[in-house]
Amino acid sequence: MAAPVSDVTPKPAAGGRASSAPLLGRDTEPTLFELSQPGRRSWQLRTTGIPEMALEDLVPETHRRHAAPKLAEVSERDLVGHFTRLSHRQFSVDLGAYPLGSCTMKYNPKVCDAVAALPGLADVHPAAPASCTQGWLQLLVELEQQLCEVTGMAAATLQPAAGAAGELTGLLLMRAWHQAHGQTRHKIVIPDSAHGTNPASVTLGGYEVVTVRSDARGCVDLAALKAVLDDDVAGIMLTNPNTLGLFEEDISAIAAAVHEVGGLLYYDGANLNAIVGVVRPGDMGFDIVHLNLHKTFATPHGGGGPGAGPVAVSERLVPYLPGPRPALLEDGAGSRYGWTTTPESIGRVHSWHGNALVLARALTYLLVHGGDGLRQVAQLAVLNANWLRTRLSGTFDVPYDRPCMHECVLSASSLKKSSGVKALDVAKRLLEEGFHSPTVYFPLIVDEALMLEPTETESLQTLEALADAMEKIAAEAVLPGGAEYAAEAPHGTPVRRVDEARAARALVPTFDARP
Amino acid sequence: MSGYSPHTDAEVASMLGFLGLSSLDDLFEVVPEALRLARGLDLPDGMPEPDAFAYLDDLARANRPAGRDLVCFAGGGAYDHEVPPVTRALASRSEFVTSYTPYQPEVAQGVLQAVFEFQTLVARLTGMEVANASLYDGAAATVEGVNLGVAATGRNVVWVSRGLNPTWRQVLATFGAGTGHQLVDVPLENGTTMWEAAAGGDGPGVVLVAYPNFLGCLEDLAGARAVCDRTGAMLVVAFDPIAAGVLRSPADWGADVVVGEGQALGMPLGFGGPYLGLFACGLAQVRRLPGRLVGETVDAEGRRAYVSTLRAREQDIRREKATSNVCTNQTLMAVTAAIQLGWLGTSGIAEVALRSARGAQYCRTRMLDLPGVEPLATAPVLREFAVRLPKPAPVVIERLVDEGFLAGIALDEGYTSGGDDGLLVAVTERRTRVEIDGFVDALSKALR
Repeated sequence: MAAPVSDVTPKPAAGGRASSAPLLGRDTEPTLFELSQPGRRSWQLRTTGIPEMALEDLVPETHRRHAAPKLAEVSERDLVGHFTRLSHRQFSVDLGAYPLGSCTMKYNPKVCDAVAALPGLADVHPAAPASCTQGWLQLLVELEQQLCEVTGMAAATLQPAAGAAGELTGLLLMRAWHQAHGQTRHKIVIPDSAHGTNPASVTLGGYEVVTVRSDARGCVDLAALKAVLDDDVAGIMLTNPNTLGLFEEDISAIAAAVHEVGGLLYYDGANLNAIVGVVRPGDMGFDIVHLNLHKTFATPHGGGGPGAGPVAVSERLVPYLPGPRPALLEDGAGSRYGWTTTPESIGRVHSWHGNALVLARALTYLLVHGGDGLRQVAQLAVLNANWLRTRLSGTFDVPYDRPCMHECVLSASSLKKSSGVKALDVAKRLLEEGFHSPTVYFPLIVDEALMLEPTETESLQTLEALADAMEKIAAEAVLPGGAEYAAEAPHGTPVRRVDEARAARALVPTFDARP
Repeated sequence: MSGYSPHTDAEVASMLGFLGLSSLDDLFEVVPEALRLARGLDLPDGMPEPDAFAYLDDLARANRPAGRDLVCFAGGGAYDHEVPPVTRALASRSEFVTSYTPYQPEVAQGVLQAVFEFQTLVARLTGMEVANASLYDGAAATVEGVNLGVAATGRNVVWVSRGLNPTWRQVLATFGAGTGHQLVDVPLENGTTMWEAAAGGDGPGVVLVAYPNFLGCLEDLAGARAVCDRTGAMLVVAFDPIAAGVLRSPADWGADVVVGEGQALGMPLGFGGPYLGLFACGLAQVRRLPGRLVGETVDAEGRRAYVSTLRAREQDIRREKATSNVCTNQTLMAVTAAIQLGWLGTSGIAEVALRSARGAQYCRTRMLDLPGVEPLATAPVLREFAVRLPKPAPVVIERLVDEGFLAGIALDEGYTSGGDDGLLVAVTERRTRVEIDGFVDALSKALR
């Protein structure tokens, strides 16, 4: 059905609105397998001059495939056309604003890509002797030092490949710490607003989850926390600011209470962008911190990864860090970079040294910003979020109406009651207004949650355009036909609303499984 | 102001005014004063981009990358295969690079379809029915494969072939501290696993073997399959996606779960990351699959569409009962692998494996002609092989670096019954006869 009000030319928005993105028609893109033509090929390989022995003379019959694995047979031109067209069916930060709460989808500076493409970094074999990797080792040591200053910690491992890997590493550090002190503890406390990775990591760390509720202000209920603390609690995992975008003001009291029973505090760094350069997890009393370099430090998210999830720890936990760790080693002849492992180390958590090229991007970002620049990142991220929260507070519910940090959680609860338009519909409508959706239905403790994280790299004009769009969506929702129109959104995207239930019910996980 | 934040001073002032605040510091009034970092971060001042780039370029120049000046014969899970300009160009498109996890499928069909194609390609290479949307690396995939097997069988004893990449074995042990798995190492003899030497508790829930294994050897997996049939364990095979171009598929050998390192599918050596964890299994295990899975469906108009599916396994919905904690994975690497496999195609993947095998055979034969160089095993190999040298391998590796060759990886003592003379050598399709001859001549000189 038609839009209830006619579209007008959107106001110019510096940077972030993508509603002008051109698309040629709305046909389905065939798969690589449907583009395939027998006998066609792209590959070209070096001339080696090596004698051309047959496979039969190289590999015994028991180990040989009887036929080559059937892949796709396309020309280079087919390949380029296909993946370029797929890229045109994909929203990205480069295309427009991506206010996806909890994900910190800020602009990724291109200089970081240029650094990661340097042959002196990209073509180094991870098992090359240290004599060949002095630059890489220095890079990693300097990144570790900068991350320690940012977090207020003593040392860090750069191995974890993503935030969840960092969480599990942190939990194993807790386990090693308690075991070294002759204790086996079983419980980890997590607030009800936590990211899902926290409880999932707790299970893999061999612990049980104890959930502590949030109070009316959206923060950890201190009394409820104290009620569950005992000497079987290994530690607590907290995000601060929490997933409601609110700063846990009682953090010092929380830290004291957890330390009182011999527990450790784990800082989930997913929301560090709010406070970088302003307040440090170490100064709040945390013992273990993971960082999401693909969030705060702008390493691009790649459609779902790669990330990097370094874990920094306070002095007393340093011996347990995963090894080997890069270090500047001194000997009689002077100093050179090499690898060290402590006897107490929990061991490796990655095949090699972590997502190294992601780490190089993060150091570049840190160098370009410096201490003051990082502080400004947090300030402007928080400014943008509060501007958006205040501007939209007359249109959507604000369940926790107090200043937020880098993201704000709104609710479509009243809108749903008045019009039938749900948070999901608002999200889908926003797509056709030229913005990526906010995170919806998270945190779980907010009904019809809409979680917006504009980040510091979006302009005031983009925020205004985003707010205009949100207000337009709400205003149209209550018009005749408005709810139906919203329920059918999006209308102009490469595909319309996708049948998720069918995907799960009649699973087609590969092209070959198609009915 | 940083070059990446668009705010002018006037805009900041107007936004603060809108909020009824007078300074940016006021935004942080909720943070207790005592906690605030009054001194600011003790980091160098921000550099202009060209200076930062020059600084990083200096660090890069302090490395010796694989290339014409350091010809690469090292492998061990990281291989110097051809990565053509077309793969690099397509994989660096910013629509793939700067998007998030595809939570809104209507505007994420590009990544979703590319991952669906990746899953199909991995399924075809392994012979399995379903592959996930990627894990971090070979080690992480191995850990997840073992976790699936333990969950499916309800038995936490894991028989691990010594032919598994030793760093992956270490990662397995690290995470085993949390899950409580009991790892039982099964030794190699002449390069292949001695399953009859395994002894561990009530019988394994998982049997884990690599194909080819760390020493490059091809094991007859019928032995491992027979152990599983006898004990009811699940067979987890760590495969190599390039070798799979010519070798019997893991499914053909009877694997229940297939894991692997996908770096060879278009990723640079990159000092070890980001790489690509491959994971495939049968449909019977799909509800235990770790991480994301893309499925085909239709949109409201009945057109073909793709979406992340069976989401109820995942951490953001299932929380402490999730099959895995993985959230961010290596999607961009999965997209890269789909592009690279599209470039290789049916004939190319077999050709790369065959040419690597020819190079390895040529190189191995020439090396074994040198006095004092002995094979570490005589089991058949493909692209990688192990030898014993008449001198310590770390010393030889350093000597050859000076001659312009990265000779390989020094094997730890577990593979050489205590010696430091084991060297693992990999030869890819990129190595020419001239390079191999130069390498063997330099080795000959170093061993004199």
